[in-house]
Formats: sequence, structure tokens, C-alpha cells
Amino acid sequence: MSLLHDAALQRLFGGLIILLVVATVVGRLVARRARDERALATVRNLNARINAWWVMCVIFAISVLIGPIGAVILFGLISFLALREFITLVPTRPADHRALLWSFFLITPLQYWLVAIHWYGLFSILIPVYAFLFLALRIAMSGDPTNFLERVSAIQWALMICVYSLSYAPALLGLGIRGHGTPGPTLLLFLVIVVQGSDVLQYIFGKLFGRRKIAPHLSPNKTVEGFVGGVAAATLLGALLWWATPFAIWQAGLQALIIALTGFAGGLVMSAVKRDRGVKDFGTIIAGHGGILDRVDSLTFAAPIFFHVTRFFYGG
Amino acid sequence: MIASILATTARIVAGSTVRWAGCAPTEEQRIYIANHTSHLDFIVLWSHLPPWLRRRTRPVAARDYWERDRLRRYLAAHVFNALLIDRTAAPGTPPGQLGRQAVDQMVEALSAQQSLILFPEGTRGAGEDLASFRSGLFHVCRAKPEVEVVPVYLENLNRILPKGHLLPVPMLSRITFGTPLRLQPDETKDAFLERARQSVRTLREAA
Repeated sequence: MSLLHDAALQRLFGGLIILLVVATVVGRLVARRARDERALATVRNLNARINAWWVMCVIFAISVLIGPIGAVILFGLISFLALREFITLVPTRPADHRALLWSFFLITPLQYWLVAIHWYGLFSILIPVYAFLFLALRIAMSGDPTNFLERVSAIQWALMICVYSLSYAPALLGLGIRGHGTPGPTLLLFLVIVVQGSDVLQYIFGKLFGRRKIAPHLSPNKTVEGFVGGVAAATLLGALLWWATPFAIWQAGLQALIIALTGFAGGLVMSAVKRDRGVKDFGTIIAGHGGILDRVDSLTFAAPIFFHVTRFFYGG
Repeated sequence: MIASILATTARIVAGSTVRWAGCAPTEEQRIYIANHTSHLDFIVLWSHLPPWLRRRTRPVAARDYWERDRLRRYLAAHVFNALLIDRTAAPGTPPGQLGRQAVDQMVEALSAQQSLILFPEGTRGAGEDLASFRSGLFHVCRAKPEVEVVPVYLENLNRILPKGHLLPVPMLSRITFGTPLRLQPDETKDAFLERARQSVRTLREAA
């Protein structure tokens, strides 16, 4: 029960709860003031998002409370559901059925098992080396060469994004830091708070000041003002959380900047995937947000980069 | 109990969302007609009907498949309340006998105020285009012209469980219920069957 002993964790979760209470009150107040139909729709979506945040925070808190295995299982489930949403959108053929069964029921659990036992040497290459080659072979063996390269790449890409990249988030639990032992949950919490905070802050800055679209063909809601304001605010947020991390205040700020920038990149790339496949969201599982993959798109880029940057500069 | 567990499981495995685009789940007596590409088709369609409708809606299915072992026989008889029809004739039966028999069974069920789930293509396709519809649908509708025919399009189920496989890949699927149609008094067999087929096809294009 790490939460009972770890003052930093208690303060982080306490802060999240206060933030959610404030957001809920503000959301209800704004709802009363909305007059026309468009404003009402925006406010309704905002409140649906805030409600979903409550649920997500509670699930996340419980999984961290359970201990390291809780977070591994939670992210394993997120990967499974994200993979499901991703594969639904890519043009596989009946001949890929076996390769897909391997991906869902063997490779995904195996990756998370390796993360759970902190076997860095294998979890960091399982999908990019072994699954990468094996899937190509398995699909070749099915004997259907139609669009072979497209099918193989799409399945490999799905595994890399939805399983490999995301698994770096719980892998932080096993990352040793020079002079700090294994800080575990606080590193994971720092990443998740900054990356999701950055998403929310970009959304808020975009709604308040957004004028110039940053990528009109990919994601019409992203604006220059939202990007600059959100990334700057997320950097500040990360710096102010330095006390919970092994980093000095300027290091925490720099890490947060990297997380916010890579998170933005993830959102942009996943938007490109959605536009290519002609959908607005990856799914409908989280009210107000869309699919699981819509909520963790920024994390798929931020998690592996944050892990490796931290390991390179602070690992021990 | 078993029915609701099975229905929930089917909905989770198929990750399906449902759209009642052209009608609502009401008391109306109906024949649901859908495209057929997977063993999951009928159970997923059935699982998306509200429980009180499920109880009075009978899937029309092949007797040789559903009576192959005890489990299937039990499910067909006690859980799905399936309307089992013969596909293979005993030697010496006159041609057309099986079809007439199936139509009689369906008309009888409709006369008992039940609704039906029917796959008018007759057999599972590869999921690319709809095969032409068998004539049974027309004969049933001629005997029971007051019954609504509801087109249903099942999307992605053939990718979740394609022909010849045992384990499903858990992708997401979508079910669309379209606008009901009825047999017109002077409509020919071919015209009606083609109209019914197009009504299912348009749902695919809309999706």
C-alpha cells in the first residue's frame, strides 16, 4: 500500500481531487450561464469530459494503490482496448486472423508480463524485433499476398503504438534512478499528470484564445494559441511538481516540456491516422472523449521518450 | 439467466454499438433480415434486442448445424428458441418440399405472434457483397403481408470471426437497424427480393 506511506503520492492525489472538485463546480456554473444551442453543446461535452475524468482518476488511483502490479494490469487493459480500436480501423483480411490472435492474446500479455518482472532487456525488444519479424512470417504463411505490405505494416504499427509504446508508462515503476533507488509510482504519476494536464491545458487555451489553426487538415481543433499556451502551462505545472520527483526544479520543468511536446506530436500523428481512416474518434467507450486511444494518444509518444530520456540522464 | 449472460458476452466480444436508424425496438411483429458473414451474426443481433423482445423473437437456423451436439441442441431449444429448418432432404422427397416446409414453419411462428431473425442469403458470404436473397422471404411475406420486414446491417463481424475459425479476434462491430418495409399488394417476387436486398445494402453505404 504505497499510498499510505508515500507523502508525495498523497499530495499528488489530493491535488488531483481538489482540481476535479474545482472543475466540477466551474462546469456546473458555466452550464447555468450557457444560452444558445452551440454554447450548450460545448458545455455539455465539457461536463461529460469532467465526469469521465473523475472515473479515470478513481480507476488510476485504485490501480496505483494496489501496488506495481495494479498499474501493469491497468495499462495492459488499456493497451488491449486501444489495440482493438486500432485494428478495427485497418484493412486486414481473413488470412490475417491467426496473426491477430497472436497479437491480442499472446504478444500483448507477454509484453506486460515482461514489464511486470522488470526484464528491460527483453521488453524493450520483444515487439520491435521478435513480433516484428514473426508477424511478417505468420502472414506470409497464410498464403494471401493481396496488399501484403500494407497489412503487415498496419498490424506491426498497431502493436508498436498501442502495446509497445504504452507499456513504457508502467515500465517506469521498475526504473532505477541514481541516488534515489526506484522512485516507482511518483515517476508514473508525474508523466500521466503532465501529459494529460498538457492535453487539458491545450484544450482550455485553445477554447479561450484559439484563432490560428495549427494543422487544419489533420486536427481542426488544434490552434497555435492552444499549443503555445498549453505547452507553456504544462511545463510550469511539471516544474511545480518537482518535489514529488527525483529532479531539480529546472530539470522537472525541462522534462515536462519534453513530455508536453512529444504528447502533442502523439495527438497530431493519431489525428492523421483517424483522418486517413475517415473517422472522428477511435471509439465511443469514454463519454465526451471518444475511444480509449483518443485519451491516450499523447501518452503513446510521451511515455517511451520520457522513459528513455530519464534512463539515459538519471538511470542508475 | 443463461440468455442474459450469453447476450452480454456476445456484446463484449463483438464490442458492438447499435444504431436504431430507421425504427425503434417496439412490440411490432417483425422479420429482421440481415447480411450473413459469421457465426456471430445471429447471436450478436439477438443480443442487441431488449430482453423482453428477445423472448419473442426466434432466429431461423439450420437444423443440421444446431442439432449436431447436446450443447447446441440445448441452446437452440431452450435459450434462443430457434426455429430449426431442414436443409438436407431425405431421399425421395419431391423437389421444393423442403422450402415449402420451411415457409410453413415460419408462417406458423408468425401466426403465434412471434418475430423472426432471418438471413435471406441462405448461407454465410465472404463479407464483400450481398448474395441474392432466397425466395422464402417472399413466400412468408405473401402469407403474412402485415408483418414488418426490418433490414439490419451487421458490420465487421466477419473480421471478428471469419468462416472456418474458432477463436474470435476482439475487434469492434456495428449494427444498424434500418427503415421497415412491407410487401406491396402487386409486387412481384423478384422486385420484392431485390428491394429487400437493396434496403440492407444501403445501410452499409450509410455506415
